[in-house]
Amino acid sequence: MRRAKKVINDPKNVVAELLEGMVEACHGRIRPLSTVQALVKADIRKDKVGLLIGGGSGHEPVFPGFIGDNLADGAACGNIFAAPTPDIILEVTKAVDQGKGVLYLYGNYAGDNMNFDIAAEMAEDDGIAVKTVRVWDDVASAPPERASERRGIAGDLFVIKIAGAAAAVLGSLEDVYRIAAKARDSVRSMGVAVAAGSIPETGEPTFELPEDEIEIGMGLHGEPGVAREKLLPADPLVEKMMDEILADLPFRKGDEVALLVNDLGSTTMMELLIVNRKVRQILRERGMAVHDTVIGSYCTCQEMAGFSITLLKLDDELKKYYDQPAASLGYTKR
Amino acid sequence: MGKSQLSLQEVREMIVSVSHKMIASKDRLTQADKAIGDGDHGIGMARGFENVLKKVEGQEFSSLEALFKTVGMALLTSIGGASGAVFGTLFRGAAENLKGQVVLTAPVFSRILRDGLKAVKDRGHARPGDKTMVDALEPAAVEARNQEAAPLDVALAAIAEAARLGLEKTKGMVAAVGKAKTLGERSLGHPDPGAVSMALILDFMKEYVEESRRLPLVSS
Repeated sequence: MRRAKKVINDPKNVVAELLEGMVEACHGRIRPLSTVQALVKADIRKDKVGLLIGGGSGHEPVFPGFIGDNLADGAACGNIFAAPTPDIILEVTKAVDQGKGVLYLYGNYAGDNMNFDIAAEMAEDDGIAVKTVRVWDDVASAPPERASERRGIAGDLFVIKIAGAAAAVLGSLEDVYRIAAKARDSVRSMGVAVAAGSIPETGEPTFELPEDEIEIGMGLHGEPGVAREKLLPADPLVEKMMDEILADLPFRKGDEVALLVNDLGSTTMMELLIVNRKVRQILRERGMAVHDTVIGSYCTCQEMAGFSITLLKLDDELKKYYDQPAASLGYTKR
Repeated sequence: MGKSQLSLQEVREMIVSVSHKMIASKDRLTQADKAIGDGDHGIGMARGFENVLKKVEGQEFSSLEALFKTVGMALLTSIGGASGAVFGTLFRGAAENLKGQVVLTAPVFSRILRDGLKAVKDRGHARPGDKTMVDALEPAAVEARNQEAAPLDVALAAIAEAARLGLEKTKGMVAAVGKAKTLGERSLGHPDPGAVSMALILDFMKEYVEESRRLPLVSS
C-alpha cells in the first residue's frame, strides 16, 4: 500500500505539535493548559457562561481552531480521531468556568459521549454546573426518527457560532443551552467522499474507495453513506445531496438559511464554488433565501477529498446570534 | 488444594501481572482492531496498562476499593476514545461495593463483575449482541454468579472460559454501536477488539491465580 506523503515530524507528536503551532498562530489570544492536551482563550470575560468544545484531533480547524471572540472558550483535544479523556475535559472545564457553568458542545460519537459524560459528572462533583449539546447534523447517518444516533459533521461550525454568540450575551447556562440546542435542531448536513484521507501515525487510508467511485453521505472517518456510485458531474451530485438535506428538516419555501459548503480536506476552492453555484440555483428554485454563505475548509479529515453541504434554518432569534461578529483562527465573521 | 482467596497484596500483584501481559498483547489487539476499526486499540490499551503499572506498582492500598478505583482512573485518563471510557468505567464501577474489602474471594469477584458490567452498560448503553466487550463481560458475570460457592481459582477458570466463549460469538455479530457500527455487515467474521481485551484480562487473572497456586503464599 502506498503511504500518504505528509509534512510531519515524529507521528507520535502530531497533536502536540499542531496545538503548539495553533497557539503561535494566534499571537497570545489562546493559550495551552500546562498539564493536558487542550487550548483555552487567553482572556475569558468574568461572569460569562463557558463554552467548551472538543473531540478527536485530525479534523482541523475543528475543534481548537474555533476558540475565539464570541465563539468557544476552550477545546479538549483527543488523539487523532479519538475522543479526549475525561481528565482533559475536566481541566478545560475548570479553566473556562467563570462561576456561571459550562456548556459542552461536541459531535455525537460513542467515545466522545462517554468521555464528556464522565467529565460532566466529575465537574458536578467539583461544584461546576454543566449542560451538554451533541451535534447530530449528518442526515445520511440515521433516519430522522433516530436523529440522536446521527453523527456530527460540519454542522458543528454553525452550532458553535450560535452557541458562542449566545454565551457571550446571555447570563445563564440554561438560556445558552436552549439556544445551542435550537441551533443544533435547525441544522442539517450531508457529505460526499471522493477519496480517502490517511491516518498520520500509519500513513494508511481511513477507508477504501475505488478510483472511479464516490460515496454519497460517507462520514468523516469512512463511515458508510447512502449510496456508492460512479463519479458524477457536480450538478446531479449536488441535486441528490440537496434532495436529502431539504426533505429532512424539512426546509420549506420562504425559509431563510445560512449555507456552509465545506471541503473535507483536499477538494479545491474551484470545485466548492461550482458546488455553491448549484446549491444556490436549487435554493432559488425552491423559494428559499440565503442569509449568509461560508465556503472553505472547516471540518476536515486529513487529505480526504470531497465536500459537505450544511444548511442552518434561521428565525429572528437565531439570526440575532448568527449576525454577531466572531473571530478565531478557523472562522471569522464580520 | 484449590486457592480460595487472594490477599489485597496478591490482587495488586495480579493487576501488575495482567498489565504486563496486556502490554505484551499490543500487536495482537492492534491486528484485531485493524480488521474492523481504525487499528489503534492495541496502542491505546498498552498505553493504559503502562499507566496502571505507574500508579499501582510499589504503592500501598487500603482496600480493594482504592485499588480498583486507581486502576479505573489510570485507564480512563490515558487510553482515550471509547475504549478508555469503557475499561475505565469497568474498574471504577467494580470498586462501587468494595469499601473496606481486603480479600478477594469468588463471591467478591462475582460482585466486581456484576457492578462493573452494570456501570459499563449504564455508560455506553450497549446491549448483549451489539458486538462489544459486553458480549464477553456479561457471560463472565453470569458464570461468576454460578461459581460463588467455588474456590477462587476454580471460579476464575470457569469465568475466563465463559468470557472466551462470549468473545467467539462476537465473530457472528454485526456491530451495533461504536465506530465499527459503520461497517455493518462488513464486521461479520471478525471478533470485537474490546471483547478480545475483556477476555484477555480475565484470562490473565486466571493465569496469575493458577501460577500463584503453585508457589508458596506471599506473606503480606
